[in-house]
Order: sequence, then structure tokens, then C-alpha cells
Amino acid sequence: MKQTNGIKFCIFNRHEPLIPVIMALIVFISVTVSPSTLAEVKTPEENSNLLFLQALDYLKQKSFKKKGAAITRLQTLNDPRALSLFQTMMDSKLYYRKDDKRIVIINPTDAGTAITDVLTEKSLGVVEKSTLKKVSTNNRIRKQLRGAIAQLNLQHHDSNVRLTAVMDMLANVDADSANLFRQLIKQEKDADVVEAMQTAIAVVDLQSDNKAQRLSAIATLGRSLTSEAHNQLSGVMAKNDQGTFTESDEAIRKAAQSALNDINTKRDFYALIETIFFGLSLGSVLLLAAIGLAITFGVMGVINMAHGELIMIGAYTTYVIQLLMPNHIEYSLFVAIPAAFIVSGLFGIAIERGVIRFLYGRPLETLLATFGISLILQQLVRSVFSPLNRSVETPAWMSGTMEINNALSFTYNRFYIIIFSLMVFFALMAILKKTSLGLQVRAVSQNRTMAKAMGVKTDWVDALTFGLGSGIAGVAGVALSQLTNVGPNLGQSYIIDSFMVVVFGGVGNLWGTLVAGMSLGVINKFLEPWSGAVLAKIIVLVFIILFIQKKPRGLFPQKGRAAEH
Amino acid sequence: MQHNVKQPNNQQYNSIMARLFSSDRGGKLFLSLLAALAIVVPICNLLVPEGSAFHLSTYTVTLLGKYLSFALLAIALDLVWGYCGILSLGHGAFFALGGYAMGMYLMRQVGERGVYGNPLLPDFMVFLNWTELPWYWYGFDMFWFAMLMVMLVPGLLAFLFGWLAFRSRVTGVYLSIMTQALTYALMLAFFRNEMGFGGNNGLTDFKDILGFSLQDDRTRIGLFLASTITLALTYVVCRYIVTSKFGRVVVAIRDAEDRARFVGYKVESFKLWIFVFSAVLSGIAGALYVPQVGIINPGEFSPLNSIELVVWVAVGGRGTLYGAALGAGLVNYAKTYFTAAFPEVWLFALGALFIVVTIFLPKGIVGWVTKIRNRRNTPAASVESDT
Repeated sequence: MKQTNGIKFCIFNRHEPLIPVIMALIVFISVTVSPSTLAEVKTPEENSNLLFLQALDYLKQKSFKKKGAAITRLQTLNDPRALSLFQTMMDSKLYYRKDDKRIVIINPTDAGTAITDVLTEKSLGVVEKSTLKKVSTNNRIRKQLRGAIAQLNLQHHDSNVRLTAVMDMLANVDADSANLFRQLIKQEKDADVVEAMQTAIAVVDLQSDNKAQRLSAIATLGRSLTSEAHNQLSGVMAKNDQGTFTESDEAIRKAAQSALNDINTKRDFYALIETIFFGLSLGSVLLLAAIGLAITFGVMGVINMAHGELIMIGAYTTYVIQLLMPNHIEYSLFVAIPAAFIVSGLFGIAIERGVIRFLYGRPLETLLATFGISLILQQLVRSVFSPLNRSVETPAWMSGTMEINNALSFTYNRFYIIIFSLMVFFALMAILKKTSLGLQVRAVSQNRTMAKAMGVKTDWVDALTFGLGSGIAGVAGVALSQLTNVGPNLGQSYIIDSFMVVVFGGVGNLWGTLVAGMSLGVINKFLEPWSGAVLAKIIVLVFIILFIQKKPRGLFPQKGRAAEH
Repeated sequence: MQHNVKQPNNQQYNSIMARLFSSDRGGKLFLSLLAALAIVVPICNLLVPEGSAFHLSTYTVTLLGKYLSFALLAIALDLVWGYCGILSLGHGAFFALGGYAMGMYLMRQVGERGVYGNPLLPDFMVFLNWTELPWYWYGFDMFWFAMLMVMLVPGLLAFLFGWLAFRSRVTGVYLSIMTQALTYALMLAFFRNEMGFGGNNGLTDFKDILGFSLQDDRTRIGLFLASTITLALTYVVCRYIVTSKFGRVVVAIRDAEDRARFVGYKVESFKLWIFVFSAVLSGIAGALYVPQVGIINPGEFSPLNSIELVVWVAVGGRGTLYGAALGAGLVNYAKTYFTAAFPEVWLFALGALFIVVTIFLPKGIVGWVTKIRNRRNTPAASVESDT
């Protein structure tokens, strides 16, 4: 090795096992040689800052070898700025000014090249690119940088960053990184990171010559749910062209096979949970869409074909609320829920007072008239908001996923929809069971004339009940605006599904609606993998049609005289 | 509920013709109108030169033909809704099935003239890389077979559905919602490419029917005449049915299903047969519609189409066969006019029509006209029992 500028550079190569030694050496050398030793009053912080600046300075040298040494040195300084510095260097955005040699980060804009100081992160204005010189890299340096970035990530204070770093390295883990993991795992406190590191070590150990080590590696991999573990174990079981196993040791093969079976059982189990979760979230959507209908159709016996449009109005209310408070999208939904309830509820009361009240006792006519209303509402929305879909923003707290483990993760929006639909359901239940309005609603639905004789204002109760059902539809619209496109056809696509849920569950029975919505959602999601989404829907529709022939009053029919037509 | 089937006198009962038309002024008018159309339209289209004020363009002839097939469909629905009280929101499905059967025949007639020039496979199958004709496309190269299917497929579906539904006494709105689900499921199914019916695009680019080019004016007139004659025949047959004993039982079922059952009639069978017959008529209407319009796609199955059809009947007046036909013509003419002149307004108008007719004109235009005439003739009778 050529030695040009002191011994410290020639022993700087990327042998990770040497890192602690080198670190000690550097600290020793820096402390003894650097100018900082001359000024005794420097605090440790200033000290490390100086060291950082010094190492940074070496990056400007032409020799790639010296650059590499500088990188190694920066890496060991444990300075938080190092990570972003390396990243910038990898992206070829690290330059230095020709005049004062200050290292900057470039950002090409239309006007020219905007530059930022690496150390202070302050903008230094826009300059001509010709006044800058790139901190050049070559393949070797980039490889070193990648390693350095990974390692810095592995020592990051945030355990999520560490976990991601290990996971990223899992796909092409080698003996060196396995050794690194062996070192790091001792201080690692986060259980997930430990497990990931163990998996990575096991992947390497699997290739060793020691049988006992291999068997224990297989056992470790069998506990992991990562796809890499699965791939490695499948690799053990691979056959060559002649159809014989590439792995000669039968004990190893057996162990691998049982580990694979373990993994597959666990994966199937989590896949099942995931399907149920998807099913429940679809079921919640159905429940939300249908529950308002369960009130108007189930309790009042009114066929409201405009129900879907009331949902649509709720979704558009969300859109308008977001337009009104563009800076508070996070909270917009909490405003939108009551707003949508009121808007849709008022529309509902208007529909009841304006049209439906003339048609009580004539269900088929009600169906036609409300269908007319639905057409008018659709066209109204088209004329007011344009026929195009509007985009409703999703607040940050609703996006993203909740990772349970490597094989199972739930998206937050689906999760919240399930909770929300249950909240709406039980709130409605409470209204019907515990309030005086609920009592009157039930009285009117069971025996209208008797209720009237007892002094219940049936007209008023009808209007309020319809308003309640419509308002719930509006609330469903708020939820749906987070899942699908908000457009004039939003309601149409839910109306048939909602009716199916109510009829399937049994008219006039809210619990039936809950069970029907959830079970239809789950059935749908179980069918989907082998039949496709559309066919699954068709099968479910045909199933309900046949089911109704068998049990015309649904899953939970209302009993008693009131149920007779 | 009041209905137009009046008790004929004993002497008249012997003659079928008398039975059909004795008290059916509207029907006589309707048939005369059809006859007039059948004479005037071909003359005005083929014989009157193009510059003349009396010339009818082929576009208008096709449009009229389309209305006539809709009128046929409306009569079919009126038969089950107006006379038997079954509000089917899925009659569009039977119409579309008939249309598809006809479309398959027309598709097979295209032969080598398709874009890909495959003698056996329709274009969309070649496009999907299919190598063999699916089994259910066999036989559709023969006209008689296709026509058989036009009636058989909707009829069978209606039989199956009706047999299940009526036997388990699914009635009223439940039945309506089920029929709607049925047509919705069929729509989803026909949208799938794997079904082998052209998916999204449906069947189109037809060339000729029975060897006559579909682009020829004379073929168009032929199709128009076929629609007119079928409509007239259908009217007479339906009129025969509703004035027969069978028809009266059906009306009794509409008005009081339980009583009819207690009297000893097998309500299910009556309902089932009238439902199946209506579905067959709808299939025929679809078969007349497709060659005139030149396309059939899954959109015809959409629940909106079926419910629009209900409004034709409601506007014209249910329980009167000619009223249904009249409603189909009027609403569709309005639709053609509005969607061209004020496309924004059409859905408002249609929606308002639904509401106005159900609240103010429960018996449609025909019922309204009858009421006015009754009031003028016998002022005392205007206080009739309007249930």
C-alpha cells in the first residue's frame, strides 16, 4: 500500500471488524494531533465539531483513497450530520465552491444552481454551476458510502430506522454484515430489531459448514415471517435439473421442511386474519351505507331509493367543509360528521314532508317517487359541482399502516372505518332504545293508530325518523369520502348493496343489519381471491336472491302481529 | 282498485273479436294508429323524394322503430305490473337478454367481414386471443335458433326466478328489490370479458340480417314494419289474455292475493305464467330493438333502464295496455328531445315526472283523460270510489 500522508490513511479500509480499533486510533490521533489540543478550553462538543470539519475537509482531496479514509473517519465521529452528508454525496449533490473551498449541497432550479452550506444548512443563494466543483465519487467510494449509510442507520437512535436498515440489508446479507449484526445485537434493546438481526445472522449461518450451526439457523428462520427466511428455506429444499436435492444432508432437509411448514402455517393464519379484517372493513362500509336505510325502510317501511344520494350529499358536505377550512384538514372530518348529519337530515326531512308523506301505504309508488328524487339530486350535484369526481383529502392520521408483524399489517383508514361504523351503530341503537324519540319511533312503527291514540304526533315522528335515517346516511357519506371517489354516481353504486344488507338481515331489525353487513363483507372478501372482485359480488347477489326465496323475511325476521302485511 | 276490464254482455261473449274490442276504444285507436304508421312511414321514406316536406329520413324511421320496440316492452311490463301487481325492476334484463340473443345471430352473420377476417370468431374474441367458439355461441348462425333463444332465454330465467320467488311468497317491494338485484348481477356479469359477450363494448358492427344489409333503407323499413306488426299482434294477444278468465283471476290476485288463494286459485302458477309470458315479450322487444339501433351492450342491464321503463308505464297509465305503449312513446320522445336540446335538464325532468305522476296522476295520462271525460259526461260519477 502506498503511504502518502501518514499511516492513518492506509489502515483505513472497510473492514468492519476493525472499526472499534480504528475508532480508538482516530480518537487518539485526532486528540493528539489536531489543533483542538492546542486550545485547552474547548468543550467536547466543539471538539467533535472540529473533528467533523477536519474530516470534511479531506473529502475535497483528489485521491479516492484519501476520500475513502475521510468517509470512514466521518462515520466514526458519531455526528448526526454525517448521514445526510453521505446521502447527498451518493446523490452526487455534494460540491465545493472553487473560491473559498466551502462544501455545499446543490439544488438545481430554473434560475441556476441553489446552494446550501453543509454545516449550517443555510442557503447561500443561487450561483453559476461553473463556480462549483463536484466532490466526485467512484464505484468504490459509492460502495463504501452505501455501507456507511447502512451502518449509520443501524446505529440510529430511532428503532424504526434501525429496523428498516436491517430489513433492507436482509436481501443481500453477507458474512461481513452478519459479523456487524453480531456486534450490534449485544446492545440492541428493541425486540423487533433483535429478531431481524437474528434472521439476518441465520441467513448467513445457513451457508456455513457446521451442521449444528446450520440446524440452529434453520430453527431461527422458521420463527421468522420475512420473505427472505422463506426464500432461504425453500432454497435448501431446491432440486437440481436431475430432480435430486441440491442439499445432500437429509437431517438438514427435514429440519428445513418442518421450518417451512411452520412458516406457512403462520402465514396462512395471518392471511386469514387479514382477509377477515378486509371483510370486516368492507362489511363496515356496507353497514354504514345500510344502517340509515334500516331506519327508513326497516322501521318506517318507506322504500327510499334516494338513500344513496343522501350518502352522496354527506360526501359532498365533507368536500365543502374541506374547502372552507383548507388549513385544518386534520380536523375537517370532525366538523364534517355533524355537518353532514345536519345537511342530509334536512334534505331527508324535506323529502319526507314534500313527497313521501303523500304516499304512505303505497310502497311501490314511494319507490318510484324517491327514485325520481334521486335523479334530481344527482343532476343537482352535477350542475353545482360539475360531473367530475371531486377529491376529498385524507387527514394524515388516517393514512399509513399499522404493522403487526412481517406478515400482517392493517391500514389505518380501514381500521378507523370499522370502529366508526360500530360507533354509529351503537349510537343509533342508544337513540332508539334510550330516548323518548326512540320510544315514539318504535311505537309508531309497531302500531301507528294506537300510538296516535296515545297522543304521539305521528306526523312529527315520521319526519324526524326519516331525518334521522337520512342524517346517518350523510354520516356514512363522510366515511365513504375517505375510501372512494366523490362523484354524482357515488350513491347509485351503494343503493342496491344497502337494500341487500337490510333485506338479508331482516327488515326492522338493526342487529340483523349489523350481522348481515359484516357477514356479506367477509363472504365477499373470502370469495375474491379465487373468483375476482366482480364475480364475488355477483355470487353474493345471487346468494342473497336465493336466500330470500328460502327465508323471505331475512336472517332475523320480526316476530309478532306487526310483522304480518 | 279500478280497472278497465268491464263485464261484457252475454251475447257478445261468444265472439272473440267483440270480446276484445267491445269496450276498448283506446285499443281500437291504438291499432288504427299502428296501421296508419305501417302505411304512411314506408311511403314517406321510400317513395317520397328526399327534398319533399313529406319525406321521412331513415333516422326518423329508425327512431320510430325504436319507440315501437320500447312500446312492446312497456306492454310486457304493464301485463305484470298493471294487471298482476308485480312491480318488476328487472324487466330490462329480459329485454337485454333477447337483444343479446339477436346480437349473437347478427354477429355470426358478419363472418369474414370483421376487422380480423375470422370466419368463425367475432372480432372481440380474436382480440382476446380466443381460439374456439364458446359452446353457447353454437347454433346462433341459424336465424330460427336465434329467434327461439330470444324467447327461450328470458322465459327460462323468468321461470326460474318466478318459480322460486312466487312459491316462497316474496311479494311487494321485496320482489322489486330482488328483481333489481337480478338485473344488477347480470349487468356486472356481462361487463366481464370472460363471459364471452364482448364485455364493455357489447356486440356491434353488425352487417346484415337474413341476407339483407342493415344499412339499406328497405331493410330499415322492413324492421320497422316487423316492429309494428309484432306490436299490434302483441296488443291483441295481451288484450285476449286480460279479458279471458285467466286475466280476471290475475286481476283478482292483484287486488286481493290472499282472497284469491282462499277461493282456491293457485296464485303462484298464475303469477308465474304471466311473469314468464311478459319476459318472453320483453325478449322479443329486445330482439327488435338491437338490429335497428345497431348495438347491444351491458348498459342495457343497468337498473336505471329498468326503472325508467316503469315510469313509461306509470306515465301512460298502468292497467291499460295502450296506455303503457303511449307512455313509452311520449317519454322516449321527450328524452330524445331533451337530451339533444337541453341535456342538463333531462334528469330533472325525468325525476320530476316520477314524482308528479306518482303523486298527482296515479293512473297516468289515460286515467286522467278518462276521469275528465267521466266528469263531463256524468257529473255525479266523479265522486267514484277512488281507492
